[in-house]
Amino acid sequence: MPINLKEVANRQDKLGPGHRMCAGCGETIIVREILSVVEDPVVVADATGCLEVATSIFPYNAWRVPWIHNAFENASSTLAGAEAMYRSLVRQGKIPEKNTKFIAFGGDGATYDIGLQWISGCLERGHRMLYVCLNNEAYMNTGIQRSSATPLGASTTTSPAGEVIPGKPQWRKPLTAIIAAHKIPFVAQAAPHAWRDLMTKTQKALAADGPSFINVLAPCPRGWRHDSNETIQMTKLAADTCIWPLFEVESGVWKLNYKPKEKKPIIEWVKSQGRFRHLLQPANQRVVDQLQAKVDEEWEELLKLCGET
Amino acid sequence: MVKGKVVALDGAKAVAEAMRQMNPDVVAAYPITPQTEIVQTFSQFVADGKVDTEFIPVESEHAAMSACVGAAAAGGRVQTATTSAGMALMWEVLYVAASTRLPIVMHFVNRALSAPLNIHCDHSDSMGARDAGWIHLFAENAQEAYDNAIQSVRIAEACMLPVLHTQDGFIISHGVERLQILPDQAVKDFIGTYKAEHPLLDTDHPIMVGPVDLPDFYTEHKRQQVDAMEKAPQVIRRVGQEYGTLTGRTYGLVEPYKLDDAEVAIVVLGSTAGTSKVVVDALRGKGVKAGLLKLRAFRPFPAQEVAVALRDKVAVAVLDRSMSFGGQGGPVFLETCAALYNGGGRARAINYIYGLGGRDTTPDQIERAFQEILNISTPGKAPVDADQSERGRQSPG
Ligand SMILES: Cc1ncc(C[n+]2csc(CCOP(=O)(O)OP(=O)(O)O)c2C)c(N)n1
Ligand code: SF4
Ligand SMILES: [Mg+2]
Repeated sequence: MPINLKEVANRQDKLGPGHRMCAGCGETIIVREILSVVEDPVVVADATGCLEVATSIFPYNAWRVPWIHNAFENASSTLAGAEAMYRSLVRQGKIPEKNTKFIAFGGDGATYDIGLQWISGCLERGHRMLYVCLNNEAYMNTGIQRSSATPLGASTTTSPAGEVIPGKPQWRKPLTAIIAAHKIPFVAQAAPHAWRDLMTKTQKALAADGPSFINVLAPCPRGWRHDSNETIQMTKLAADTCIWPLFEVESGVWKLNYKPKEKKPIIEWVKSQGRFRHLLQPANQRVVDQLQAKVDEEWEELLKLCGET
Repeated sequence: MVKGKVVALDGAKAVAEAMRQMNPDVVAAYPITPQTEIVQTFSQFVADGKVDTEFIPVESEHAAMSACVGAAAAGGRVQTATTSAGMALMWEVLYVAASTRLPIVMHFVNRALSAPLNIHCDHSDSMGARDAGWIHLFAENAQEAYDNAIQSVRIAEACMLPVLHTQDGFIISHGVERLQILPDQAVKDFIGTYKAEHPLLDTDHPIMVGPVDLPDFYTEHKRQQVDAMEKAPQVIRRVGQEYGTLTGRTYGLVEPYKLDDAEVAIVVLGSTAGTSKVVVDALRGKGVKAGLLKLRAFRPFPAQEVAVALRDKVAVAVLDRSMSFGGQGGPVFLETCAALYNGGGRARAINYIYGLGGRDTTPDQIERAFQEILNISTPGKAPVDADQSERGRQSPG
């Protein structure tokens, strides 16, 4: 279904204003983009994390759709339970079929780390639901700790840049590929600056007859140390440096959604955020080189998978 | 009263049969000895189309309870089954289920916790969750496990609290017994239909489940949970009465056995109550005024019933099939002592930790416990091993 921005923008937001997320937070932008193209009834599950704590402080509720939070690691299984109940009640004729959609939101901590087993189980069992990873590349809710999504060299409070160790020593987990290896109908990587791409992916994900997954890069001005008005240009830069390529895997077919005319060097990405500031010291040039090598390696792999070479 | 059918089943199969008859909307469960027989028997009912249940064969018990929370919040009947390490893995979400006031039913089998790994019965697993906010019922035999399973649904839905009802691992779960099961229709009528008040699936009336509470509301929500639990005894009695009218087997929170005129008594949970009854009968035959107080409900703890039942006893022995390391006794002992103290009882109480990791508890041992409380109650006679276990003991000095 083609997306008419004017029409989509005029729909009432399903995540209302008045929540307590930071100005410029990537997470709320993404959630609103995604939910703006959901026209069917929808049930949302949210893992513990920034989005959850800042939109649900009792007795306030920023959500205009049914919403459930259970714990940090289990938004997927919680939603799977609701989805199973929906199927059961519809099948038994206890409630009418309304084409209800089920969407879970979890941070990178909830998704890459603590909740991976639960997600994997849900994907294997084939629950008809969309899981969205709001990937800000660290545990932001608890004060910027490293996750397995945090990129090499980034300084977080548990991988701080120190006298000896220049930020996170490891690269990052190839989660989107791991999810794709589950051979579910639809898997994608996206970013909020490419709103039409993200919205189209959401439509495809929700139309899929089975589980679907979208990993979305979600800049966090607090954790990444950039100004709150730079969020959108941040993910554009991520796509242009190829540290966050936009692609999709539909029924096993890999497709690249964006190929920069000119691939920008990773140093531009490094220079844009305070979490990499220490990498600009000459002694840490080797980390920047390693980062560039990692990005290049994965980009080449992706081009191959997508039949672009 | 309806006529039940007499069958030979073990406790696990009896509960699976009750689940078939109750036909829950969603079941999410994971295998673990000695509960596995419940989930696999039920899976066969699903495969044979004997139930309408959506069965979620989860990848862990944490996921089982997580899915139960989502499914129950969605608005329908939800059940699960587990034991031991499975419950330990669920622990975080047990609290979420109770605090979210979801009427989930857990068919539980008691088994020891690791380490060392042990698959046999003791009560340390479910006792570990005694403060999680679940109603917690014990069964003496397979008949009671079956009966508790059916009553649990009614109790859970009336209290808006989750219920775990349990049976002793292997001793009940794998011991084939003669029991009566109800006709399917009678079970259906007894549990009736369930309509959730605020289902998540009602997308026309969106609700929020599981918000954040700051210090300004957390206590208020906990207080509501306390209130719900305080109403549970009435509900358990009412449902137990109604079940009695239907089956001839009436249930309350406790079951006194030859207790009225007893001078000494044993307090016990689960299958050991059966063994103890045999011993009480034998002692009565010898003219000893022995009695028994079987606890069916551990949460809510029937403090008033316990206090009244034991008030005039001279000495009681409290049997615990689990420990509280560094505490002053097992959980049943501590609760019983508190009930006695608050109820003005003067009985002296001693605690026995028994049957850990499936060790047999024999009539001889129970008789010895009776002998010890008889000694305590006779002036001038020292209790055997009293320095180890007697309430109010003095340090050896
Ligand atoms: C079992 C458990 N472990 C740890 C926590 C503490 N905790 C809450 S949110 C969070 C990090 C969230 O990070 P992420 O999933 O990336 O979400 P973000 O806040 O960055 O959006 C942590 C560690 C918890 N709530 N539960
Ligand atoms: S800390 Fe970061 S992720 Fe959390 S609300 Fe603020 S900007 Fe968003
Ligand atoms: Mg994060």
